[in-house]
Amino acid sequence: MAICEFLPRAFCRFPAISDSYIRQARQVIDDGFRGLVREYGYIIDALKAPLQWFLNYLERLFTTSPWTVVLIVMLVVVYFGSRSIRITVGTAIGMLLIGLVGLWEDTMTTLAIVTVSTLIAIIIGLPIGILMARSERVQGVINPILDVMQTMPSFVYLIPVVVIFGIGKVPGLIAVVIYAVPPMIRLTNLGIRLVDKEVLEAADAFGSSRGQKLWNVQMPLALPTIMAGINQTIMMSLAMVVVASMVGVGGLGRNTLQAINNQFFTYGFLNGFALVAIAIIFDRTSQAFGMRLQRHSEVVHG
Amino acid sequence: MASHGIEIKGLYKIFGANARQHVEAVRNGLSKAELNERYGHVLGLKDINISMPAGGITVVMGLSGSGKSTLIRHINRLIEPTYGEVVYDGVNVCGMNERDLREFRRHKTAMVFQKFALLPHRTVIENTVYGLDIQGVPRSESLKKGQYWIERVGLTGFENHYPNQLSGGMQQRVGLARALTNDADILLMDEAYSALDPLIRVDMQTVLLDLQAELKKTVVFITHDLDEALRLGDKITILRDGQVVQQGTGQEIVLSPADDYITAFVKEVNRGRVIQAKTVMKPFDGLADGVRIEATTTLEAAAKAMTESGQTKATIIDEAGTPTGTLDLQTMMAAMVTPAGSDTSKMAAE
Repeated sequence: MAICEFLPRAFCRFPAISDSYIRQARQVIDDGFRGLVREYGYIIDALKAPLQWFLNYLERLFTTSPWTVVLIVMLVVVYFGSRSIRITVGTAIGMLLIGLVGLWEDTMTTLAIVTVSTLIAIIIGLPIGILMARSERVQGVINPILDVMQTMPSFVYLIPVVVIFGIGKVPGLIAVVIYAVPPMIRLTNLGIRLVDKEVLEAADAFGSSRGQKLWNVQMPLALPTIMAGINQTIMMSLAMVVVASMVGVGGLGRNTLQAINNQFFTYGFLNGFALVAIAIIFDRTSQAFGMRLQRHSEVVHG
Repeated sequence: MASHGIEIKGLYKIFGANARQHVEAVRNGLSKAELNERYGHVLGLKDINISMPAGGITVVMGLSGSGKSTLIRHINRLIEPTYGEVVYDGVNVCGMNERDLREFRRHKTAMVFQKFALLPHRTVIENTVYGLDIQGVPRSESLKKGQYWIERVGLTGFENHYPNQLSGGMQQRVGLARALTNDADILLMDEAYSALDPLIRVDMQTVLLDLQAELKKTVVFITHDLDEALRLGDKITILRDGQVVQQGTGQEIVLSPADDYITAFVKEVNRGRVIQAKTVMKPFDGLADGVRIEATTTLEAAAKAMTESGQTKATIIDEAGTPTGTLDLQTMMAAMVTPAGSDTSKMAAE
């Protein structure tokens, strides 16, 4: 650039810290990280073990059971969750189509990991959300962390996960949970904070303890919002399952990854549609269930 | 029957970060406006002293912003006072620790709210037994009590409805049933009927008066409506800008308003419904003729009795039936019409 001739060098080219310094710093951090993992490997393994066991158990249950049994159980769950014939029939059609194109087993694998990661996300997210709703300070600390978690590209999650936990199903599962837990936390917090102040005052006036207020008033009234959080968490797990296939998670995600690498156009889309089908089933069922939970607010006095 | 009254002694409430520091200044005459302007603090209540009799209805009346809702929330300490005491049964509520306060709220008080504040996810019967749930009373027992009070407030058949399915008046009946099921001595009613239609409001006032005649709880009733205050209150306290302007029975307030503010209020009141026969009667003249009327009868009721019997004179009797005074139509009319000063100004306005 011509203008650079008249300017000091530092104003024109960004004066970056010298490459060797950065290289050194990176090395120190990376080595420290690896050393830490090596040092406390037994703790990490102990943490992984129950997840591994649960995930393997569920996956084996889903994939080795006859498809007829799995389908019937699924339809029963969907029907009692949604109380809707339409959603149940839609589920049956979707699952049969998936089976027809030969993706039944992969779908079961994906279903297992999404189920486990959603459960873990709820178990982690709910208490954190409750804590956040109760304390401004906790909210002040956790909110920026959630912001970072939600804006960080999902691929970046995989790096620390792989460094700490290695390659495999459980690291993939952990990545999925990290990705899917923020909406659960946020919407639990929001739901509790939105509870009518007057009803809370009434709870106080009748002498409720904090626990009684939480379980009698705040949780039931926040439930529709919390259900929306669970719904979001499921949707995000399904999205992340594809990305997590890069660190060794099987199922529909791995097929998609293969399709990208080999330019299998049709195969890729079949797997994509299978994911869409599962997503719709989860979404509609959980939403219908959420609506049923707030039946009390539907019938308004005219 | 409630055994203890509530004594509010020297209560101050200032909203703001350093509220306590300003109590002394307010006591020495710092005005509400000055406090707000100079220190950014809001004066809620100033030197409130009220003695609320056991078993009676004390009405606290004031317009919005007068501090009446703040005041009632001090009785069960939903709001912390800045200074002062609320004494019930020898104990200062404002000095209780968290556990004692919770027990006090559970067993001694029950509250009815302006906007009902029912739990939307609970049915009518479940809302009614809410206080007992909190106390840990088993449902087998609490449902019986709840059912009784649902019947008493006239909601039989709606036990399994959700609050959203009911009209405002019916929702407030649930609110009342919920408070009564608690079987507490103190009943706090925070503008309980202000959100209701006029007809339903009168209806609910009757429900409260009927129940109170039998239960004799210590009721604290907040309202901005003087007619409601006069109808319900055994004792009326009028608040303005966080201060008590006048306390007394309905009659006392109507007959001798403390200042122009209250005079303006009282002007529109139907005096015949407030003033009692004994207040305006003449000494007994020895002739027990005419209709016999009890001393506490309102002038309106007395006038009705006299007109129906075609008499122009009545004998006032006390509880024992002994004649204590006489009353003629002219005296009654004079007492029932609004005093001259305010009357002419009203006519001028028309």
